Amino acid sequence: MKYYDKLIFELSKEGRQGFSLPQNSWNHHLEELPDMLKREKKAALPEVSELDVVRHYTNLSNMNFGVDTGFYPLGSCTMKYNPKINEEIAALPGFRNLHPLQPASTVQGVLQLYDELDRALSAITGMSKFTLNPFAGAHGELTGLMIMRQYHMQRGDWKRTKVIVPDSAHGTNPASAAVCGLEVVEVKSTPQGTIDVDDLRPLLDDTIAGIMMTNPNTLGLFETRILEIAEMVHACGGLLYYDGANMNPLLGVVRPGDMGFDILHLNLHKTFSTPHGGGGPGAGPVGVAAHLAEYLPNPKVIRQADGTYTVTGNETAAGRISGFMGNFGVLMRAYAYILRLGRQNVRMAGPLATLNANYIKEELKDCYKLPIDTCCKHEFVFDGLADQSTGITTLDVAKRLLDYGFHAPTIYFPLLFHQAIMIEPTETESKETLDGFISIMRHIAQEAIEHPEELRTAPHLTPVRRLDETTAAKQPVLCYADLARS
Amino acid sequence: MKTIEGLYYSESHEWVKTEGDMAIIGITDYAQHAMGDIVYVDMPEVDDEVNAEEEFGAVESVKAASDLISPVSGTVVEVNEALEDESGLLNQDPYENWIIKVQMSQPDELDKLMNATDYAAFCENQ
Amino acid sequence: MSFAYFPHTDEDIRQMLDRIGVKTLDDLYADVPAEVRYTKEFELPDSMSEIELRQKFEELDRKNKQLTVFCGAGAYDHYAPAVIPALTARSEYLTAYTPYQAEISQGTLRYIFEYQSMITELTGMDCTNASMYDGPTAAAEAMLMAMAATKKKTRVLLADTLLPQVKEVVKTYAKYHGVEIGYIAHKDGNTDVEALKQELATGDVAGALIPSLNRFGIIEDLSGMADALHAVKALLMVYADPSALAVIKTPGAWNADIACGDAQTLGLPLQFGGPYVGYLACRKDLVRKLPGRIVGATHDVDGKRAFVLTLQAREQHIRREKANSNICSNQSLMALYITIYLSLMGPEGMRQVNELAYGGAHYLHDELIATGLFEDVFDRPFLKEFVVKSKIPADKLQQALLDGGFLAALETEEGYVSFCVTEKRTREEIDRMLSIIKRLKP
Repeated sequence: MKYYDKLIFELSKEGRQGFSLPQNSWNHHLEELPDMLKREKKAALPEVSELDVVRHYTNLSNMNFGVDTGFYPLGSCTMKYNPKINEEIAALPGFRNLHPLQPASTVQGVLQLYDELDRALSAITGMSKFTLNPFAGAHGELTGLMIMRQYHMQRGDWKRTKVIVPDSAHGTNPASAAVCGLEVVEVKSTPQGTIDVDDLRPLLDDTIAGIMMTNPNTLGLFETRILEIAEMVHACGGLLYYDGANMNPLLGVVRPGDMGFDILHLNLHKTFSTPHGGGGPGAGPVGVAAHLAEYLPNPKVIRQADGTYTVTGNETAAGRISGFMGNFGVLMRAYAYILRLGRQNVRMAGPLATLNANYIKEELKDCYKLPIDTCCKHEFVFDGLADQSTGITTLDVAKRLLDYGFHAPTIYFPLLFHQAIMIEPTETESKETLDGFISIMRHIAQEAIEHPEELRTAPHLTPVRRLDETTAAKQPVLCYADLARS
Repeated sequence: MKTIEGLYYSESHEWVKTEGDMAIIGITDYAQHAMGDIVYVDMPEVDDEVNAEEEFGAVESVKAASDLISPVSGTVVEVNEALEDESGLLNQDPYENWIIKVQMSQPDELDKLMNATDYAAFCENQ
Repeated sequence: MSFAYFPHTDEDIRQMLDRIGVKTLDDLYADVPAEVRYTKEFELPDSMSEIELRQKFEELDRKNKQLTVFCGAGAYDHYAPAVIPALTARSEYLTAYTPYQAEISQGTLRYIFEYQSMITELTGMDCTNASMYDGPTAAAEAMLMAMAATKKKTRVLLADTLLPQVKEVVKTYAKYHGVEIGYIAHKDGNTDVEALKQELATGDVAGALIPSLNRFGIIEDLSGMADALHAVKALLMVYADPSALAVIKTPGAWNADIACGDAQTLGLPLQFGGPYVGYLACRKDLVRKLPGRIVGATHDVDGKRAFVLTLQAREQHIRREKANSNICSNQSLMALYITIYLSLMGPEGMRQVNELAYGGAHYLHDELIATGLFEDVFDRPFLKEFVVKSKIPADKLQQALLDGGFLAALETEEGYVSFCVTEKRTREEIDRMLSIIKRLKP
């Protein structure tokens, strides 16, 4: 990685051009528009050559770390390998140039893919029917909660306006609930990090719309009392929502539908290998049990008796949550991945992810504090260094890892532990990669004792070093015009 | 940690100074320490109603946000506009730099608050 | 067992299990109740090799029909220069995570800063976030922002001239969030400021969302809208096509408080509706209500200029149920498409794109009217999209065009048919389409 300090605006020179367009031979011109509807001053966009653009964005990319660069032990993010064939497939020109409002008869291939992916995800999760329209995990959560509310409202059960969320949940769970107009009721975790069933029981009454859970939870622990929880929630008339953020270790082993979940979302950019793209686009399909299928949002794809596909909508659906039918390019990649896995390899994905996580945990638990020492699933959490006398924090460890060519783990989440270091290796990393990471983590633990200053001031070898985030938040400079002023 | 005699204190770490029926409200030294560098203060507008034990705004650091809970009920008569540009004043001197002034509707709510000694003891146990 | 994406040899697995102290992979799931273990065969196809996978998708591809696109309605067939796929395919961008570790994410952070700079410039607003899912969801988030910014109000108004999918998505979010939706009628294809004032008179309005380029293709005159809304402390939200904003009056110039829309028009492929990218921009004093990621400039400990995700205390991972939005991602890679697109186009390229679309659309419009088979509906200025009344039944017209390889004449809810022309459409294509139309009878 190499520091490069330009912004594209700083390469701009008036009159330079990076585009090519056909000659204009039309007789009508923009000048005809009334002045009051015209833009007054031309937009201050960069004026650069094509090569300027290519070099600039190539240079910028050299300051980035990706899965193709190195290992991401990033808890809760499932940074697995993004297969290259999926990119070629998503770029197939036939799919790339389709307008979303083309009549169904002209997009049968698209609709068949949508339907087959729905069926594949249903088979993997034990749900009955999916919508592939949600754009991301959080969008899937919101959609799922809308379905939950719509189900109760359609039954005339207006009182159910509360949703139970564990205190260890991802922040999106309570935020999605609030956007959906639901009141959040927190349920406590036991010291082992799983839901406290005794705390849950008194919360269940006829105002509860449902409960949101991840399983395994954010500590990577399987909720062993899940069947009991499902029975309790169903008995009170509520529904169970499964946050699929932690689905990866269950892939091929356990189906959320069989645990009693009624609604779930999946993060295709986690469990199903689509690239994160520096923060998106992802996809967050939502699957439901059969009795909730009518509430899935519009539009929907239906396979007709004659084997053709059509796009429809229905009145009792939760509504419309997307402009068209989801991040179709992402759906294509995920389906390609599922077909590569097939019924044989799907069985191995979860177990190998779990094997990798437990292996790292065992190799490091003598130098990092392991608050819950049991068999984890896809991830586990350390609470800082075992030797806390050095004053070296989790942040220091994370930043030092960057110097050694690894991405940092997820840090300071979950909030249950003050110095949380959350590690998730995924199944696509080899033993050699894990051994390399383990030896560096041990080395850093040693450095904490011998050269603590090296850690406190880390990273040293990255394009930039620790940033002044306080100034950034106090006096926000959010665009080039602000920067030019400041 | 600094406290000032003669002020009222809440369990959510706000202080109140009274001038007749006017309550001047800020956050305590303990609160500003716990937050670290305060980068933004979200304040109500003049004439907004506030209720005791309900939020009236928030203070933000880079990686945290904490609600401001009103110790008393009443109407906001003034907000400290200096904090809009210089939120760090709360770190520099949290007792000098108040956040809002409230015309109290139920001054007896002050009775539920702590004095400096009790508040200091309360913080010890946090 | 051997599979290209799983690197484990049998020997690796044995050694790792030994280290963990269990005998089999199955033992790692000993805590999972037997009743929920899935032991049956999965109803999935056999694992496919790359060769078989290609065949499978090529076969699906053959079931789609490539059409020449003469319609828009929220998805536009603009040209994307070859530089865009070449650069966005770089794995340093494609396979990167969200730039939380700023020290090794300056590439992503810089292009997002550039994206924010370009969007604020095009919209004439003070600030924007790092992007949203798509235009309709950006509009829904604008509604949530207006509710949060105005406190205690209960209604949001939508212009009837917004795209149907925008109205539908906002209505869905509103239903569950507990916001009442009202509609503002149009007059001759332009949102009626008098109708707006009537709605405002009933009180409780947090804001109104009005398009600057509407579903009839008309460039709306928003005179008086901001004043009417601001008089009752409500916000003007403008839904705008950012490509068009290079030449038409900006939301900022209309004195809008919030601007939002879909930026698919800036170099993104049609891809059957996604991934696209929404944008959401606002006045400076609303920035703390703006949802989603925002990148800001700062410096590192050595004084080097650097960029970082900032104002994070607004977001769901800190505020949880008190956040104004649940959004946890942005369409980052799509923002990169846009940034590269706008860098290549510059102000002159953006002017020419609009000139070509304007010229082509007006040529098609005039020729359609000249056939005697179509009549104008509105007498208003349009840019690249327009509606006309057709004397040929819409379904018959559409089918004839489809048979000729054209997607055009989409029907609006009023029964008008709409056409759209971008810089990609040639005179030859338009004339070929016209020749099909001229053979039809009313």
